[in-house]
Amino acid sequence: MTQNLTELESVPPRGRQRPRVTSLAIGGTLVAVLVLAALLAPLLAPFDPNAQLMTARLLPPSSAHWLGTDGFGRDLLSRVIYGARPTLLLVALILVLTIPVGMLIGICAGYLGGWTERVLMRITDIFLSLPNLVIALALVAMLGPGLMNGALALALTSWPPFARQARAETLALRRSDYLAAARMQGINGLRLMFGHILPLCMPGAVVRAALSLGGIILSAAGLGFLGMGVQPPTAEWGSMVAEGSKVIFDQWWVAAAPGGAILFASLAFNLTGDGLRDRLDTRHAN
Amino acid sequence: MADAAVTRRSARVFWLRGGRLLTGIASLAVTLLGLLAFTFMLSHLSPVDPVLQIAGDHASESTYAQVRRDLGLDQPVLIQFWHYLTHLVHGDLGISRLTSQPVAGDLLRTFPATLELATCAMILGATLGIMLALLAAWKPGSLLDNLARLVSLLGYSVPVFWLGLLGLLLFYAVLHWSAGPGQLDDVWIYTLEPKTGLVLIDSWLSGDTEMFRNAIAHLWLPVVVLALLAMAGITRLLRAALLEESSKEYVTLARAKGASRGHILLLHVFPNVRGTLITVLALSYATLLEGSVLTETVFAWPGVGRYMTNALFASDTPAILGSTLLIGGCFITLNALADALTYLTDPRTR
Repeated sequence: MTQNLTELESVPPRGRQRPRVTSLAIGGTLVAVLVLAALLAPLLAPFDPNAQLMTARLLPPSSAHWLGTDGFGRDLLSRVIYGARPTLLLVALILVLTIPVGMLIGICAGYLGGWTERVLMRITDIFLSLPNLVIALALVAMLGPGLMNGALALALTSWPPFARQARAETLALRRSDYLAAARMQGINGLRLMFGHILPLCMPGAVVRAALSLGGIILSAAGLGFLGMGVQPPTAEWGSMVAEGSKVIFDQWWVAAAPGGAILFASLAFNLTGDGLRDRLDTRHAN
Repeated sequence: MADAAVTRRSARVFWLRGGRLLTGIASLAVTLLGLLAFTFMLSHLSPVDPVLQIAGDHASESTYAQVRRDLGLDQPVLIQFWHYLTHLVHGDLGISRLTSQPVAGDLLRTFPATLELATCAMILGATLGIMLALLAAWKPGSLLDNLARLVSLLGYSVPVFWLGLLGLLLFYAVLHWSAGPGQLDDVWIYTLEPKTGLVLIDSWLSGDTEMFRNAIAHLWLPVVVLALLAMAGITRLLRAALLEESSKEYVTLARAKGASRGHILLLHVFPNVRGTLITVLALSYATLLEGSVLTETVFAWPGVGRYMTNALFASDTPAILGSTLLIGGCFITLNALADALTYLTDPRTR
């Protein structure tokens, strides 16, 4: 039944259409801010994110340190800005890993049909019904923490929505005149699947990607929070919240700042996903 | 498209005759087997050599080989997987390195706490989520609808461990409304007689009202934090389903015949989305069980989630895999249960 929910997510809400366009605008702006922060981190950050200064430990937010300092006297604003890097890198890695796999499986299932389809979709459903964070935690615990392993672990349970979407769109396309024309020209098999079906499935995949990214960011932050993500001293939002949780009652800003950044990033992608979905309207796929 | 629809319909008729619930059980079994294969594979990826763990670092080659043989590690992989399964069936999940106890016993002891937290959160979150979704779908585009969307968007995007920390800061450290982390204050934690493992029921049975109130004071904050999470997901998906259903022609007809919006929503549209509702509820419940890993760590709640986190820090492989199996198994079973319930309550899926 989970599969029906992923499809339901793609149903654009009725009601007024205007506010939805702005959700794309707001989300897009927030994503742009995030990407810029990650790219221009050395220019934007007022301090070195890893420079420890024991005389400036746990300072409250001030004009010198806008978000205060952490337990090692590192400037939190700089660390929050630099923290956008591992997050976006992880997101990019996961997309590179999941979209091709998901679309390959989805298009093969939809185009070939029969037993191939049944087996492939069965496998997809198995992966879809695995708990994302717990599976990732177990995998990272065995492979060892780190950016690449974290991305692999999260990708393992993130590709099924792409496969389902690609299959649904391929099924809808299979009988189209456009593909019949291509077939009459002698285009078949792989070339038909990847030269003609794939491009038409791309918009759907983009929407699905934007919709899942918010959740992926939260899972990634959860990994970091449990010490299974990017390792210190690299600034990573999840692990920064974990560090701040030790002093939450007295120096709340140490945990509040990076957590706010996680909320910001997740919100940015969720808004973009909602907005894109309404723009591109992937409903015909179902 | 038409072709696919026909295949699907004939397949549906076929499954109906063959007993669809049976196939449901079969597919559940396949999925659980997939999970088992995954944990089995992980136990082989583990950086800790199980032979060295028993034989010690300075074991001679013959001792090493003997221990390896005793553990069955010299057998083919499939045989090893079979052994793994038979051990599991006998409730043998290995010995936790952290607690030096059988993992199965540890999980049985910690699971009630997780169940209690997730169930209370589910009840609260589902009530709020359904109400909010109905209010939103009552007048789409209204202020209330936008508010519901904003709340669910925020709840959907917020990292739960961070929300928990801020909650502790505000309600425990500043306002003193919550009794803070843990299940009970230290005064009671050792006097409580664990009968069911559910602290609310146990403290109620003990007859000590003071203890019962203390249990509630500890419980409410993590419950509210998790409930917000559940509410966001439920509102988001249920609202979409309600709006989708509201665009059908029978709704227009009912409107034309003079039925009020509220009447149609509650008596016609809402019952028709019950399939989605059941699925959404099951999924949220499963997500809450999974989310317990993060929440329990923040609230020092002695459940499976915290057990798993502690095991992660100690690289305690049997305990990590045992918790993964338990949480994953619950997750998969809930999904399958949702399918079965939808099938039983909604004639349209037959």
